Amino acid sequence: MTEQVPTVETASATDSALSLLEEKFKNAVRRDDREGYDGLIVDPAKLVEVAAAVRDELGYDYLASAQAVDYLGAGDHLEMVYNLYRTTGGPGLALRAQTPRDTATLPSLVSVWPGADFQEREAWDLMGIRFEGHPNLQRILMWEGFHGHPLRKDWKEAYYEQDQKPFDSRWPDGNVWRSEEHNAYGKNVVYPEGFTLDGYEPVAEDAFYDEANLGVDIRPSDLDTDRIVVSLGPQHPSTHGVFRMIVTLNGETIERLQPVMGYLHRNHDKIGERNTFLQNMPFTDRLDYFCSLSNNFGYAVAVEKLMALGKRWEPPTYRAEVIRVLMAELTRILNHLVAIGFMLNDMGAYFTPLMYAIVERELILDFFEAVTGSRMMCNYFRFGGVAMDLPAQMHSTANLLNERVREFDTMQYLRELINERLPRAIDQTDDLLTTNEILTNRSIGVGVLTREQAIAHSAAGPVLRASGVPYDVRRADPYSIYPDLEFDVAVRDHGDIYDRYLVRVDEMRESVRILKQVLRLLGETEGQPFFSGRGGIYSPRVPAGEAYGRVENPKGELGFFVVSDGGQNPWRYHVRAPSFINLTALETMCKGHKVADVVTILGSIDIVLGELDR
Amino acid sequence: MYGSGILRGLGVTLKHFVNTYLDDIRWGFRRHIPDEAFPIRQGLDTRGVFTVEYPDEKLAMWERFRFIPFLVIENHDHPERPGHDWCTSCGICAKVCPPQCIWIVRGNDPETGRPVPEPQAFYIDIDICMNCGLCAEFCPFDAIKMDHDYELASYDRTSAHIFDKQRLSKEFRYWQSIAPTRAEEEAEARGGWEHKDVLKQKAKEAKAKEN
Amino acid sequence: MTNDDFLRELHDPDIPVPEGMTSAIAVTSFGKLLNAIYNWGRRNSIWPMSFGLACCAIEMIATASSRFDQARFGMEVLRASPRQADLMIVSGTVTKKMVVPIVRLYNQMAEPKYVLAMGACAIGGGPFKEGYNVVSGIDKYVPVDVYVPGCPPTPQALLHGFMILQKKIDGQSLGNPNSTPWYGRGPSDPVPVPILGPDIIDPRQAHILRRQAEATQAAPDVAEAGDDAEAQV
Repeated sequence: MTEQVPTVETASATDSALSLLEEKFKNAVRRDDREGYDGLIVDPAKLVEVAAAVRDELGYDYLASAQAVDYLGAGDHLEMVYNLYRTTGGPGLALRAQTPRDTATLPSLVSVWPGADFQEREAWDLMGIRFEGHPNLQRILMWEGFHGHPLRKDWKEAYYEQDQKPFDSRWPDGNVWRSEEHNAYGKNVVYPEGFTLDGYEPVAEDAFYDEANLGVDIRPSDLDTDRIVVSLGPQHPSTHGVFRMIVTLNGETIERLQPVMGYLHRNHDKIGERNTFLQNMPFTDRLDYFCSLSNNFGYAVAVEKLMALGKRWEPPTYRAEVIRVLMAELTRILNHLVAIGFMLNDMGAYFTPLMYAIVERELILDFFEAVTGSRMMCNYFRFGGVAMDLPAQMHSTANLLNERVREFDTMQYLRELINERLPRAIDQTDDLLTTNEILTNRSIGVGVLTREQAIAHSAAGPVLRASGVPYDVRRADPYSIYPDLEFDVAVRDHGDIYDRYLVRVDEMRESVRILKQVLRLLGETEGQPFFSGRGGIYSPRVPAGEAYGRVENPKGELGFFVVSDGGQNPWRYHVRAPSFINLTALETMCKGHKVADVVTILGSIDIVLGELDR
Repeated sequence: MYGSGILRGLGVTLKHFVNTYLDDIRWGFRRHIPDEAFPIRQGLDTRGVFTVEYPDEKLAMWERFRFIPFLVIENHDHPERPGHDWCTSCGICAKVCPPQCIWIVRGNDPETGRPVPEPQAFYIDIDICMNCGLCAEFCPFDAIKMDHDYELASYDRTSAHIFDKQRLSKEFRYWQSIAPTRAEEEAEARGGWEHKDVLKQKAKEAKAKEN
Repeated sequence: MTNDDFLRELHDPDIPVPEGMTSAIAVTSFGKLLNAIYNWGRRNSIWPMSFGLACCAIEMIATASSRFDQARFGMEVLRASPRQADLMIVSGTVTKKMVVPIVRLYNQMAEPKYVLAMGACAIGGGPFKEGYNVVSGIDKYVPVDVYVPGCPPTPQALLHGFMILQKKIDGQSLGNPNSTPWYGRGPSDPVPVPILGPDIIDPRQAHILRRQAEATQAAPDVAEAGDDAEAQV
């Protein structure tokens, strides 16, 4: 990384925090002196006080990510790591709290950062850490009643083969077999010992409805209304996939909203720990499947941060960074166009805006496909650069009756795309929508999230910036070549749906501005290497340590938390998904609005299920 | 004015509607536009409707397009080693494959029992394959490549979806036909159109002759 | 005469066609004519359920939109309600949590109904197969008619899948109760909805579960050893 924050500076942030906290809490806080690690280890008994002090006195008001690590065989404890940042910008601070594996209890930090809510539930669900004082400590990704906590290192799934890839059975004696042939049920299931169906009562759904006060409850008011509980989703045209909400309505007004997720929980973290570092790259494509290239970016930044700790590491070349930014910004435009289209779809404009967005999307995807090989799952970034340089010609060949050939000059295509086509598309979106009553009537003043709420709930991306917080990782904690580029951070003040829409339009315009500079840089760096060091290494050496790499994804801050034990595979691999954490504030935004507004508010957050559930 | 926004919005839609017909006039109301005009319609200058009439006209795939992998074998009319595998069963693809969908049985000489550089069996489970292209990227012999054939829909997965060596193998000239530029680049890096091992062998012989 | 018999009679050619003439005669019975017209109508008006699971759903939307335009196949009417849909496109990774609603949706669809498994995940679990919350193929729970491999299949690959499905519909005959099981019989049996227990429980496999549980209780050591052996392979 050319523009990575020097480690010295990070250390000093930790140092200054340590000196202040030591004064106040004596021995409850100590420095984490494991090699490759940074941050403070806090005594669980004092965690809440320390966290409050860190927030109020040190100004670390933004909880970016909270995740648990299972150090089985390396201390035999569970560790909860909180990555904290200041909304004014600058490097972050990592707080840690450790707890033995068998008791596994920590105090909840929801009272300090409400944004910890879902993340602590996730840690409980997958790691089995009980958070005392959490308002609603239920499983979040798996269902209530599931056996075990799957991310613990000693938990094995039904198709378990080996701890780490590559599996020995593939080569040299790789006689093909299907995993289901080795499982008694053939269905990827494993039951606790002696489990039988006799007398078994499933509890998966009970928890949602127990507290919802099911039953008719007529309230005295002008208009007699019933309290009803509606389950929206997981199969619902406006939930953007398989998301589910259980809403308690008073008449038509939302009283309570419980998001239910996990319908697309495909075990990204667990599979990621089995994969080698490189093998995770194509899996990150499938997180936020609109923005595979910027997901690649985030993962590359995180692992490169770790690799920079070791010797013999060369940062990506300048051309590689230019290509990366080109891809990331094109992705941002693509994502925002489609996100606006989907939001209007939810508002009742049906498919019209979306169809226009998809036309532009197809043209950008043509470029992605010609450069990376795939429309959506690009798998293009490598540690130290990108997989291939831009081709001189976007060239297709006729074969298999695919006779309709297209041929473009790559740079010419990019120039036209960036200078003409995309600005025109953004103007058209603006024309069609910004003053359109379909949008304005349903969005102004709806789903308001105030500045304080947005920060407290760890909202990120356009949701945060629409609430008046000019926080953009590209500026606040710069990576890649963003410091060299001129652009402004789009920000609006009202925090409602309309402002989120406007922030997206502004961001697209800023992206075009960045892309124009990138075009110039692409011309200047023509012919330079796109990869640093030696290519063709499929098992790069990653030194032991821990890194939290973050990038500004179109949907918000995408963070990759990677722990390496020096081997070929990550020891812990966790994704801070903006869609997931932005939903923490969903209930706050929806309360008091009508049920028809819920889908609009959800549309304005712009979630993607692949990333939400991972 | 109330309603002006909607009118403006409708204006945008009308523009697209008119553009579609202007586009039709431009191509003389032909259902399939001529080949040389195709890039214009499917490129950045497209206006109005730009539908590809799929079964009748198919978008040709970009050279770098990747779908299911295939194995490169020597052309059947190759003078020295017709139909031989380029694969040496070194196992790098199986090791680098993220979802581990490649199974390889290393070839053994039936008499000596020593490994020979050709796989005895090669399987890819396309129900697992994620089309990521890492196998092709890291293959040192250019022996596994990503195919462009996407028309694989079937009625039965148990019999049709584990590709064996025979199903996977395609002639070298097929690779040349779907990705001419890349085939050339690779040949340049390899030092000739032949298999790496053959080139090495030739270099050795040439050296021996010199001596 | 029952419904079944009636259909069979409609379909059976009663006029023997002389050899050498077969190519000249297209319709030998009213049933065959009816078949052709009926299938032509059905295959050109398949209404898919608008039901997206994961990444593949985006390609499905791309297929439905202007460039690939599945309306050309009479499939543009994406219905959100299973009651109005003919085709369920399982577009994406099926998780154990999600398979419960999917089976329920499938049961709610009116016959004739078809299932198209789109992408590696829906076919066999795909790259996420080893995951603890991933179903290794939707065909373990509901019958699948067409499999479209790819990760994700491009819109053209999906359109090819649609054409394969149309071919299948074309091949179905009113006179053959095996290919059109929805006529001449009572209501079909719904697929039993899986239960979310300690892991997903398929009621159809309850007997295996009981047997395994008994085996574990009877000889825990042996069963454990068996488990280990299983983990090793």
